[in-house]
Amino acid sequence: MSYEAVIGLEVHVQIKTRTKMFTAAPYVYGAEPNTLTDPVVLGLPGTLPVLNHLAIEKCAQLGLMLQCAIAEQCKWDRKNYFYPDSPKNYQLTQNDQPLCIGGKVEIELPGPSRNIEGEHRWVQLNRIHLEEDPGKLTHEAFDTVIDFNRAGVPLAEIVTEPDMQNSTEAVAFLNALRNLIIYAGISDCDMEKGQMRCDANVSLRPVGTNSLGTRTEMKNLNSISNVKAAIEYEIARQTQILDEGGVIVQETRRWDVDSSSSSSLRSKEEAHDYRYFPDPDLMPVQMDPKRIEQLDAQLPERPLDKQRRYQGDLDLPYTITSVLCPNLQLSEFFEAALEVYAAPKAIANYIANDLLRELADASARGASSHCVSDCKLTPAHIATLAKIIDTGVISKQIGKEVFTEMFNTGIMPDVIVKTKGLKQSNDSEEIESLCREAIAGNEKAVSEYRAGNLKALNALKGPVMKATKGKANPAMLDDLLKQLIDKA
Amino acid sequence: MPPLHYNTIAQIAHSLKVGETTSVEVTQAVLDRIKAVDDQVQAFLSLDAVDAIAQAQASDERRAQGSTFGPLDGIPIAIKDTLAVKDQPLRCASKMLESYTSPFDATCIRQLRDAGAVIFGRLNMDEFAMGSSTENSAYQTTSNPWDLGSIPGGSSGGSAAAMAAGEAIATLGTDTGGSIRQPAALCGVVGMKPTYGLISRYGLVAFASSLDQVGPFTRCVEDAALLMEAMLGKDVLDSTSIRPQGDTHYVQALQKKKGPWKLGVPREFFGKGIDPEVKANIEKAIEWYRSQGCAIIDISLPHSDLAVPVYYIVATAEASSNLARFDGVRYGHRSAAADDAVSLFTKSRGEGFGEEVKRRIILGTYVLSSGYYDAYYLRAQKVRTLIRNDFENAFEQVDAILTPTSPTPAFKRGERSDDPLSMYLSDIYTISVNLAGLPAISVPSGFTKAGLPIGLQVIAPAFGEADMFAVAHAFEQAHDYYQQTPKL
Amino acid sequence: MSEKPHIDIDYVADLARIKLSDKEKSTLSAQLADILGHFEKLSAVDVDGIEPMAHTQNIHNVWRPGDAPGATLKAQTLIEMAPEQRDNQVVVPKVVE
Repeated sequence: MSYEAVIGLEVHVQIKTRTKMFTAAPYVYGAEPNTLTDPVVLGLPGTLPVLNHLAIEKCAQLGLMLQCAIAEQCKWDRKNYFYPDSPKNYQLTQNDQPLCIGGKVEIELPGPSRNIEGEHRWVQLNRIHLEEDPGKLTHEAFDTVIDFNRAGVPLAEIVTEPDMQNSTEAVAFLNALRNLIIYAGISDCDMEKGQMRCDANVSLRPVGTNSLGTRTEMKNLNSISNVKAAIEYEIARQTQILDEGGVIVQETRRWDVDSSSSSSLRSKEEAHDYRYFPDPDLMPVQMDPKRIEQLDAQLPERPLDKQRRYQGDLDLPYTITSVLCPNLQLSEFFEAALEVYAAPKAIANYIANDLLRELADASARGASSHCVSDCKLTPAHIATLAKIIDTGVISKQIGKEVFTEMFNTGIMPDVIVKTKGLKQSNDSEEIESLCREAIAGNEKAVSEYRAGNLKALNALKGPVMKATKGKANPAMLDDLLKQLIDKA
Repeated sequence: MPPLHYNTIAQIAHSLKVGETTSVEVTQAVLDRIKAVDDQVQAFLSLDAVDAIAQAQASDERRAQGSTFGPLDGIPIAIKDTLAVKDQPLRCASKMLESYTSPFDATCIRQLRDAGAVIFGRLNMDEFAMGSSTENSAYQTTSNPWDLGSIPGGSSGGSAAAMAAGEAIATLGTDTGGSIRQPAALCGVVGMKPTYGLISRYGLVAFASSLDQVGPFTRCVEDAALLMEAMLGKDVLDSTSIRPQGDTHYVQALQKKKGPWKLGVPREFFGKGIDPEVKANIEKAIEWYRSQGCAIIDISLPHSDLAVPVYYIVATAEASSNLARFDGVRYGHRSAAADDAVSLFTKSRGEGFGEEVKRRIILGTYVLSSGYYDAYYLRAQKVRTLIRNDFENAFEQVDAILTPTSPTPAFKRGERSDDPLSMYLSDIYTISVNLAGLPAISVPSGFTKAGLPIGLQVIAPAFGEADMFAVAHAFEQAHDYYQQTPKL
Repeated sequence: MSEKPHIDIDYVADLARIKLSDKEKSTLSAQLADILGHFEKLSAVDVDGIEPMAHTQNIHNVWRPGDAPGATLKAQTLIEMAPEQRDNQVVVPKVVE
C-alpha cells in the first residue's frame, strides 16, 4: 500500500520586545548568565505577572500579517508541568481563547529550476497564541545548569493545520513564514539564536483516504534543514513500520542532529496532564477594533503580493523579483529608488545584480558593511545612475565603472562622471574620423557586415571605444558606422 | 489609660504628636512585652529588634525635624510571615522556605514604610496560610492569649494573638477564606478583609490568588480604617488591584455616618453547627442595632451551604499551581537525597511541605486533572457566580449584613487536627465573602461564659468599606469588649 | 461524580511532584474521599447558562504600557539563594529529557 504524509507544524517565535512578557526585565541575546532576571522572572514568592502591551500588539500584528482573525477577547491560562527551566512550574499561555484565530500562509514550492517560478499554495493555520519562554538548560557532564535570562521572553506559538504533505512543503512554509515575520518586524527569526523554533507533527495515511493516522511529534528542530531531515526520517520510519504490518505509537520524539535520527521521548501514556485553568493573576484582553485597524495599516505588503505586483505592474522577471521580494530591505531600497527615478527594470537590475554582487564581494573581503542598510549607497545613487545612462550622459559600459566607484566611495554618480571626465562624447567629427580609420583598418569586418552579418559591426566599434576610452556615444557610433559603410 | 503596648494607633499618634512619648519608647515597650509574654503566646517566628529600633529612631528624628509622615509614623506594626519584607525571612511558616529571605518589599509594606510605620517581626501562621488554627506551622504552635490551651484561630493566628497579647500596636494578616476575621474573632480583636483588589497582593505569597487579600488586625475599628487608607490603591505590579471606588475617607466616615442602616441577617448562618453561646451573643448584637433604629431585615443567601465545597475546590486548585514554584531548584529546601531532576522535585516537596499543604495540593491537583476539571473546578467556578449573585441580590435590600464570624469560639489545641473536614467547616461564615470578593470585618462582640472572645462579622458590598467601618464602629464604641485584655 | 469519589493517589502525587510515604498515601486517600464526598452536593446544582467566575472583578486590559526595561536582580542574589550553583548558574542533578 502506498501512503501519504500529513504534516502540521508548531512554530515558536520570540517577539522582538526589549522587555519580557510579564515583567519589565530586559532581554538581549548573549548576555552573561542570570543577569536579565528580576523577582517575577525567577518566580520568587509573592511576585505577580503583568502583561506587556507591546508584545500583545506585536502578536496581533503577526496575526494580521498571517491573515488570522483577531479575537475580540482573549485570556491567559496556566499550563502546569514541572521542569527545572520553568521558574513557576507553570507556563503562562493561552489555552482556549488565543489572541489570533485561523489564518493562512501563501507558500511557493520550488520550480523546475531556480529561474522558474514554482507553484503557489496556501497553508492553513489553526491559531497563534502568546506565551512565555522558559529558561535555558545546559547539560554538563554530571549535572545540568540553568540560565534564566531567556525565561519570560514573549513567544508567539503559530500552529498550522495538518495541511502539508512533505518536507518540501514544510520548508517552503517555514521560509514563507520567516519572510512574513521579518517583514512585519515581529522577530528576526534567527534560528541559531533560538528566535524561531519548530516542532513537527507527522502522520501517514493510505493515499486517497481522509482520516488522520496516529501522529508523532518531533521536538528540538532548531534549523530549517533539521525540520526537513526530521520529517523525511519520520516519514520513512513510519512507512517502514506500516509496511511491516506494525502500528504507529503516538509519542513525542527528539531529533538528534549528530546521528540524524530521532528517538522516543515519551509516549502518550506518559503525556502530560497539564491541568490548564484560567490564570487568576491576569485579566482578559479585549482588542479594540479601531486599534486593530491601525495595527493593520502599519504592516507592509506581504512579500508574495509584492512579487506579483512587481511581475505584473512593473513587468520585472521572476529572476529579479525572487531576489528583491523576500528581502524587505532590498525591496524597500528598490521602491525608494523608483521614487527618485521611475526606471524599474534598470534599477531592479542594479540592485539584484550589481549591488548584491558588490555586497557579497565586500563581505568576502571582510568589510564591515555587507548589508543594504549600512552600505554607502542610497536609493538616490542607483536612481541617478539609471537616469544618467537613460539620458545619454554616460553609456551602460561606463555605468559599471561608476557603480563600483560609487559603491566604494558613496559619491553620487553624476559627481563621479564630472570629476573623472566620464561624460559620453558626442563630438561627431572626432567619432567620424575614428570610424573612418576603423573601416579602413578592417576590411574583413566591413565585407562580413555587407554580407548581412550585423554583428561584424562590433569589431569596428571596439577600436573607436578604445580610442575614446569608452566615452563615445554608442548610438551615435552605431549610426555613423552604418552610414559610412553604406556610402562607401 | 491602658499600658503603652495596649494603646490604639490613634492614642499613640496623639501622644507622639504632643511629645508625651517617642516611637523608640513605644517600640521598646512592644519589644519588652514580647520578651515578657511571647514564651507563652508564641506569636513571633522571628524578630529583628535592632532594625525595629533603628526605624523608630528614624521616625523620631523626622518628627524632631518637623517632617512627620502622618498618623502611622512611628507606629510598630508586625507582619504575618507570608508578606515579603526586604532582607527579612519569608518562610510562610514552612520548612520549604526555612532559610529564605525576601529581596524585596511587598507593596503594602512599602506603603506602610512610606507612611512612617515601624515594620517589625515575623508572625506565626498556618503553613502557607492553609489552616484555621495555626497548628499547621512547621515551627511552633501559637496560643490563644485568652486561654493558652486553645488555638488562636488561623491562618493568621500569630497576627491575632500578638494583638490580643499587646505584642504589637497593629499587625498585618492575609485572608483567603477567613484567615484574618476568624482569628480576630477568636482572639477578641478587630480584623478586616478588604474588597478584592483594594490592596495590592504584590509581595503576598499566593495561596489562592483569586481569594487572597491583605488586611489589618487592630485594637479598634478606627485603627483599621487608618491602616486601610494607607494601603489601598491600584498597584502597577498587581493586575488584579483596582482603582478604589466610592468613599475612601474611612476615618472621616466613622464620624459622618451614623445610620440608621438597613442591616441584613441571613437565616442560613444561624442554623446547624452554630455554638449556642455564639448564636445568643450575635442575636444580642443584632438587637442592639435594632434598638438604635436600624432596620433588621431577614435575608437569604440560598447557596451558602455550597460555599465550603466551592471554596475548597477553587482555593486548592489555585494553590496546587501557586505552590508549584517551591521545587528546591532556585531557592528553598532541596532534598539531600535527590539524584535526578524528578526526584529533586518529589523529594524536596515531600520533605519541605507539611501535611495540610500536601493534602491541599493533592486535592487541588486532582480537581484540575484530566477528566475531573469540568465536574469539580469548572462547576465550582459556576456555583461561585451563584454565591456572588446571592450577595448582590441581598445588597439591593440592605446596607450591610451581620453574621457571626465563626460558628464556635476558640477550640482546644489538637481538637480538630485529625479531621480536616471539621476544620474546613469552621470557615463557613467567612469563605463566601472571599468567593464574592467583598469586604468584611470582625469586631469583638462579647465573651463566652468561659471567657473566650466572640466576634461579630459585618459584610458590605464591594467597595463599601466606609459603611462597613461605620456600622462596626457604632457597635464597638457602644460596648467595651474591644478594651478588654487577657490576663497574661 | 455520582459514584463514590476515588483518587488515584499515585497518579495525582506524581502530577503534583510530591513524594508521599505509604502511610501518607493511605491517610490522604481516606481523608480526600471524605472531603470529595462533601463536594457531592455541588453536582445537584443547576448551573445551566451560568458563567464560570474566574475573577471577582469584571475588568480587562490591565497591562504595562511602553517597553522600557526595568531593574534587574543581581545574579549574585539568585546565586545566594540557590541551593547549588556554579559560574552564576543554578545547578540541578542531570536532567534526562
